[in-house]
Amino acid sequence: MTIDRGVEDLLRALAPQVLAALVRRSGRFDASEDAVQEALLAASLQWPEQGIPDNPRAWLVTVATRRLADAARSESARRRREDVTAAREPAPAPSHGDPADPDAVSGDRDDTLTLLFLCCHPELSPPSQLALTLRAVGGLTTAEIARAFLVPEATMAQRISRAKQRIKASGAHFRLPPDTEWADRLAVVLHVLYLVFNEGYMATSGPDLQRTDLTAEAIRLTRAVHRALPDDGEVAGLLALMLLTDARRAARTGPDGNLVPLAEQDRSRWDRAAIDEGVALITATLATARLGPYQLQAAIAAVHDEAAGDEETDWPQVLALYDLLARLWPSPMVTLNRAVAVAMVRGPQAGLDELVVLDADERMADHHRVHAVRAHLLELAGDPEAARASYREAARRTTSLAERRYLELCARRITPRATTSAMNMSGT
Amino acid sequence: MKYMLIIYGNQETWDSFDPDVMADIIRQTDALNSELAASGELVGAFGLADRVQARTVRVRDDVPAVTDGPYLEAKEYLASFTIVDCDGPERALEIAARNPASRYGQVEVWPILHEAGVEM
Repeated sequence: MTIDRGVEDLLRALAPQVLAALVRRSGRFDASEDAVQEALLAASLQWPEQGIPDNPRAWLVTVATRRLADAARSESARRRREDVTAAREPAPAPSHGDPADPDAVSGDRDDTLTLLFLCCHPELSPPSQLALTLRAVGGLTTAEIARAFLVPEATMAQRISRAKQRIKASGAHFRLPPDTEWADRLAVVLHVLYLVFNEGYMATSGPDLQRTDLTAEAIRLTRAVHRALPDDGEVAGLLALMLLTDARRAARTGPDGNLVPLAEQDRSRWDRAAIDEGVALITATLATARLGPYQLQAAIAAVHDEAAGDEETDWPQVLALYDLLARLWPSPMVTLNRAVAVAMVRGPQAGLDELVVLDADERMADHHRVHAVRAHLLELAGDPEAARASYREAARRTTSLAERRYLELCARRITPRATTSAMNMSGT
Repeated sequence: MKYMLIIYGNQETWDSFDPDVMADIIRQTDALNSELAASGELVGAFGLADRVQARTVRVRDDVPAVTDGPYLEAKEYLASFTIVDCDGPERALEIAARNPASRYGQVEVWPILHEAGVEM
């Protein structure tokens, strides 16, 4: 189904508002979600032909409310929704611009946030949180989400249905979490948005071109959270990190779909507007908000994005930021990425020395990124044999097709005296 | 994260089962697949036909040659495979352990390469 881009954007923007209106009235998240999907489907079929109603939000609320009532009357509603012919039935057409909707103006921003907290409920597994967020808050259809995650539609339909059942069983209510839970719950929401971004980051350039643009969706949703919580530094930090990372997308893969490391990217292909926005956002946030790990990662991304070329990168600044990150929010990944910065400032051997602690860490010792960074530093240190062996080990350990190809290429192109500048895999 | 669970067959082992045991294995396998479908983790479960129906294709000098088989020396052969999309490696191993084939033979668990982005 191809629908008008404008209609599609409008429906995505309205989806969480309409769902919130229904859940608030009925108190039933699962049934309301089904009803909203039906209304969105009806709109996507009717609006391109008949025109967008004067008050599209009210139209959707009316149609969805009727569907909710129908569903309550009939056990067969679910089967009917899944029937394509049923979906093509014209929806009962409310008069355009009609019913006055009391929720129409106020509370839309909080509604999006409340829905996100519900979809990212700690009771759900991460795959379920992702799927439900994209459907209920993002307004994507089950088919679109299934395509994005390369699973059959039936699989995704079950995952979403099970997620909604779990939310119902958990007794969660449609309201923002209390202050005592706020920080933890928001951290889960941000992590889900981060995962959605990552899921799509490589996708459009891989062999599979079917995937929905999940990075754009992640940025759109994170923007919505930022609008709702403009003073939260970590929300702003995550949005900046996404913008500054996505800005490099066009340069990140070659014409053959192969990964191009940061050091070798054609920086003229970077998205300047996204970089400017990300830099302005993180600069303003660092000056005012309480510091957090997303903000520091965004600051590091900003240093890279502002360098005219790889040689102009302000590595001492990158290292200073990693030092801060390692002190305040230590993690094996931070240790690993910091080792690259150490190598760029103090030489490859100093970087290799930093990796020693990771060998003792069971979670990391065999992680492909440790092998990849070690390979890169060994190459810089002038030990091609050891570098090649580490690249091959890294290629064996990754589960990403693009990374495997890239790491195998690095191993292959090492000649005994090679000094190709293979950048670390972190992309930061 | 997607995983392929590979189950090898051994005709002698299968032939040695009592009908009751075999029926039980089938019932448990079906029940597990239904459960995985309901949880939204099952991408697909496929059994392979007997190897008398298998063919092997080789192209040499642009000329394809099709032969029967493979008639391998090994007694073990690829019997079925299941693809799941689940939370992580622990869950994939848990699902493999629930498959009755793991009690009579073995189930191999292989990660499937993905296209997701390198983490930021």
